Amino acid sequence: MTLQSTAPHVGARPPATLTMAAALNAAIQDSMRDDPTVVLFGEDVGPLGGVFRVTDGLYAEFGETRVSDSPLAESGIVGTAIGMAIYGLRPVVEMQFDAFSYPAFEQIVSHLAKMRNRTRGRISLPIVIRIPYAGDIGGVEHHSDSSEAYWCATPGLTVVSPSNPADAYSMLREAIASDDPVIFMEPKSRYWMKEQLTLPVQTAPMNTAVVLREGTDVTLIAYGPTVKTALATAELAMEEGLSIEVIDLRSLSPFDDETVGASLRKTSRAAVVHEAAQFGGYGAEVAARLTERNFFHLAAPILRITGFDIPYPSPKLEEYFLPTPDRILAALGTWEWS
Amino acid sequence: MSLNVESPVVSTASAPQPLRLIDDTGHAVTDDAGGFTLPDPLTLLGLYRQMVVARRFDVQVTALTRQGRLATYPSALGQEACEIAAVASLDPGDWLFPTYRDSIALLTRGVKPEHILASFRGEWHSGYDQYEHRIAPQATPLATQALHAVGLATASKLKRDSTVALTLLGDGATSEGDAHEAFNFAAVWQAPVVFVVQNNQFAISVPLDKQMRCRTIADKAIGYGMPGFYVDGNDVAAMYAVTSAAVDRARTGGGPTLVEGLTYRIEAHTNSDDPSRYRTAGDVDVWRRRDPIERLETYLVSIGALSDRERAGIRDEAEDLAAATRDCMTLPVQADPLELFDHVYATPRPALAEQRAFLAAELAEHAALAGHTAPPPVSTPSGAPA
Repeated sequence: MTLQSTAPHVGARPPATLTMAAALNAAIQDSMRDDPTVVLFGEDVGPLGGVFRVTDGLYAEFGETRVSDSPLAESGIVGTAIGMAIYGLRPVVEMQFDAFSYPAFEQIVSHLAKMRNRTRGRISLPIVIRIPYAGDIGGVEHHSDSSEAYWCATPGLTVVSPSNPADAYSMLREAIASDDPVIFMEPKSRYWMKEQLTLPVQTAPMNTAVVLREGTDVTLIAYGPTVKTALATAELAMEEGLSIEVIDLRSLSPFDDETVGASLRKTSRAAVVHEAAQFGGYGAEVAARLTERNFFHLAAPILRITGFDIPYPSPKLEEYFLPTPDRILAALGTWEWS
Repeated sequence: MSLNVESPVVSTASAPQPLRLIDDTGHAVTDDAGGFTLPDPLTLLGLYRQMVVARRFDVQVTALTRQGRLATYPSALGQEACEIAAVASLDPGDWLFPTYRDSIALLTRGVKPEHILASFRGEWHSGYDQYEHRIAPQATPLATQALHAVGLATASKLKRDSTVALTLLGDGATSEGDAHEAFNFAAVWQAPVVFVVQNNQFAISVPLDKQMRCRTIADKAIGYGMPGFYVDGNDVAAMYAVTSAAVDRARTGGGPTLVEGLTYRIEAHTNSDDPSRYRTAGDVDVWRRRDPIERLETYLVSIGALSDRERAGIRDEAEDLAAATRDCMTLPVQADPLELFDHVYATPRPALAEQRAFLAAELAEHAALAGHTAPPPVSTPSGAPA
């Protein structure tokens, strides 16, 4: 198997019930079949198929040239991916867990994000960094971080997070095809979420938010792992006579001002839900920019329902940390309702 | 209490003699030089010419920086043998991954002075066409570019191309984690890459014995499973012989090589550094007497390969380049504020379009005000218009 070989193009697959992990796997597989310049490497992504099995079977299909286990060094993984991209490849690399991406911080922030700008657009880096993130899986220390705010604070990066298998497939294919570097944040508590899919599926563009459930009273903004929580909250709220509109952001950077703003102007109230700590978190940006642009449409301050401002807790304590439908409804109850 | 306690366990045997082909006094070395032989006189003459021209450029740019014409310039004075030998070892299709100190390597690879100086004039972070010259942007975060070189070399190998990557590093950079990761990835993947470490003995002010405990940087190669060579970095003949062999080895599937050139940073780190705080003029004089250009000149004259006429011709070429470099200062600065938004993303973003429009409006307003006889508004300390 060489990089010059032309593989058969992707055809339709029969309908199947797929987990998010399987949908991600299919997205990488189809991208690699379509484009011989896509290569995959990282820790344990080869014969093992990744610790979450997202790369299962790819080593067998594409061989050592295109799918390889790298030395255990995240800066090295991202740094070498940058060199490969300069030479015309499209690397897809994995950071095994959220908190293990930090050794790569310098390569991501100082080079991956800036290369296109500092070379006046001459060098694009079409690299996807897959990061399984967030908690709710009973993980031990350093296995449950939500580090999206670091990446979103860095100009030059595109940061997305799917919440369901269909988006996982569609958005990952779009991320791999993108000429911009993409931080692809996979909510690991949703890896086993199942959906009936006929691949290849194309959902809304990767850089847009979608209204998942329409409502009239409140706009509830979520992404990745908290979308399911937001939908459950909306269901629960209906019993209380409250109509919640749920938005799945999907793209954290860029932020889809248009879709979210339109919803907010309709409902006049909004809250944002994420697992990460509140202070300096992504929700702060959401609340600030929505307020700046829609102040006179607001009936109440925009709320942030998030993890506490503490390090992610150990497994027996994470249930107290994570935002729940009850906690979200209680927060909405603090508004004055006239 | 010092952290640098003498350990009774670790043996720090004195460093071996660096590999050299022409000695300090300009004589060909007669004893065994690890199987490496002197390049032919024509090759050496070419290297001599490139070193003379590069030094003139370096001295000129340092002078322009002292005059306040450039924001900063990290000089490579005294390191010409390492820089020029590295570049001369490469084919046009190969890639170079330089640092901020390696401007003369860029010059030697054909980058025009105005494009080298674009970053030091503050126009843009990297001012040359990276794909035209096959030179990555000059890296500032230490050792980070070594991983890029390994990645590009690996991509070349995966594509079954013959492209080789060469990266220049400093001695201080070898303390960085990325240097370790680059050496290790390169060895594990057998990447066609050459690491040229210019051991100029200082990381700004910190001497090498505060960076590491082993005899030489080249010794570290053993731990990664690749060859390492400890070379007299002021002997361009030896640097060229060893680096060329390393490039050839990489190109023919032999994998990576680490080449350490022992040299000396004659100038300050940059114009904002004060070397008198950490080394004496006498220290520098010792190394001035080991000058890489004078040494080669003595040798070439002694074998009749460099006439007075040729020497004058090379000097004229260097002076022409210095004049052209000074002329660059009269070129208008290419810095369009609206370009700030143009290259951040390949996929356009509405938010950046908004910010671009905001800046454009602000510029238009300033221009309109400048058109009036009234002076532009001046902010008072409270921030209110005066």
